Amino acid sequence: MKWPAFAYERASTLQDVWRLRAEHGEGARLVAGGQTLLATLAFRLSEPSVLVDITRIEALRGVTVQGSTLRIGALTRHAELGRDPLVARHAPLLAEAVPYIAHPAIRNRGTIGGSLAYADPAAELPACVVALDATLVLASPAGERRVAAREFFTGLLETALKPDELIAAVEVPAATPASRSAIVEVARRSGDYAMAGLAASLSLGADGRVSAPRLVYFGVGNGPVLAAGASAALEGKALDAGAIAAAQAALARDIDPPSDLHGPPEMKRHLARVLTARALSRFLPAAEAAS
Amino acid sequence: MSTRHDITLTVNGERVTRLVEARRHLIDFLRLDLGLTGSHAGCEHGVCGACTVRVDGEIVRGCLVLAASLDGAEVTTIEGLSDSGEVADLQDAFVARNAAQCGFCTPGMVMAAADILRHHPDATRAEIREHLSGNYCRCTGYQAIVDAVESTLTARKEGVR
Ligand SMILES: Cc1cc2nc3c(=O)[nH]c(=O)nc-3n(C[C@H](O)[C@H](O)[C@H](O)COP(=O)(O)OP(=O)(O)OC[C@H]3O[C@@H](n4cnc5c(N)ncnc54)[C@H](O)[C@@H]3O)c2cc1C
Ligand code: FES
Ligand code: FES
Repeated sequence: MKWPAFAYERASTLQDVWRLRAEHGEGARLVAGGQTLLATLAFRLSEPSVLVDITRIEALRGVTVQGSTLRIGALTRHAELGRDPLVARHAPLLAEAVPYIAHPAIRNRGTIGGSLAYADPAAELPACVVALDATLVLASPAGERRVAAREFFTGLLETALKPDELIAAVEVPAATPASRSAIVEVARRSGDYAMAGLAASLSLGADGRVSAPRLVYFGVGNGPVLAAGASAALEGKALDAGAIAAAQAALARDIDPPSDLHGPPEMKRHLARVLTARALSRFLPAAEAAS
Repeated sequence: MSTRHDITLTVNGERVTRLVEARRHLIDFLRLDLGLTGSHAGCEHGVCGACTVRVDGEIVRGCLVLAASLDGAEVTTIEGLSDSGEVADLQDAFVARNAAQCGFCTPGMVMAAADILRHHPDATRAEIREHLSGNYCRCTGYQAIVDAVESTLTARKEGVR
């Protein structure tokens, strides 16, 4: 279907956004890459009265390192995330996630801010930012506030964003030599949203023991699911087949997948177990020695 | 509040100025306002890739781009790409391999394949498939298309040697 009728305004600054929102109230919708919003408008899932284009707002751009924090502007496109040297060095999980997101032409437009704001439960980047224990920087006319990624995703396509806020940036604690991360997923076709996926992050000490493990599953719930039990099963353990099996077993209580187009809950549980082993096996001593 | 916008942009090297409706996407702009009918509108919601064109040098889904947002942009369509000769060898390979049947997907497919030639000259067969995975073809079964891209990559590398 063609898009419904709407007006278009380009914001050059955050002040423009606040003004346009004040003028148009709930009818105003932000558009960043448009790769989700414009697709859903073709289905007439919503009929905003005005699209506020935020892509020229300088304050929302750029990737920088401040101390031990990597700051990624909300307008950073998926393709940019995939080739940025600072991201590759300080948050390799995000770079590794990019090839799983849609297709090259879509990655050239879609932004990290749009992906996090939309909060699709099967999307890669929401799970990654939770796994990395990132912080979202939210801006509003009143200033900025920071929300931990794990508290940002509140339900199906729901977030902690208030109507007068937008996502300005994501702040990720920079990886250390002990940091390990991996993203794995199963999708029916390359570029599709995942049937089930896992973004994992942990630290491996010199003694081979795991600390601060964060296993975050996607496509298996209402949003990214931080698996508390599976993560706890790894804490303080030397990573070996036994530890992986313990995490897989604990996972049963962490996730409660709905049935969806792809299949029943038990299939998703199975996929999540398989993905757990796939991701963690990368950090087994033998695998690390081989790479 | 404005529902119509004056935009000035470069399309295939030519400067054009038009008044567009806010709800116009890039493909309708190209086809209906400029008469450039090489870019196709298939699904119009981002899934099929028939609308693949270049904006500011990178491929995009034309059906997911607001024409009104393109003031100052540089757009290249299959017409421009074809006229430039950049993909003449690829187009020959498409013909030789019978990689186009009804031809509906072909302009988008060639735009996406040109992206491989430019950015990934060493792409493997699997990487070619991956890169083209967002471009649907209902006719060919893809093998011939992947063959055409692969043989063009190989020929270009041999030409360099
Ligand atoms: C065919 C297809 C396949 C796809 N496959 C995948 C996939 O496998 N995995 C995946 O993760 N994604 C996938 N996507 C979605 C893609 O990643 C989008 O780019 C992304 O979800 C949204 O980013 P955007 O910048 O395009 O946002 P937009 O479409 O511009 O906006 C999306 C929503 O977020 C809001 N918004 C945007 N930016 C901000 C901000 N800074 N602050 C607050 N709100 C904001 C908008 O108002 C809107 O409600 C796919 C899309 C298509 C069309
Ligand atoms: S018409 Fe744009 S992706 Fe199908
Ligand atoms: S040749 Fe007919 S859709 Fe590809």
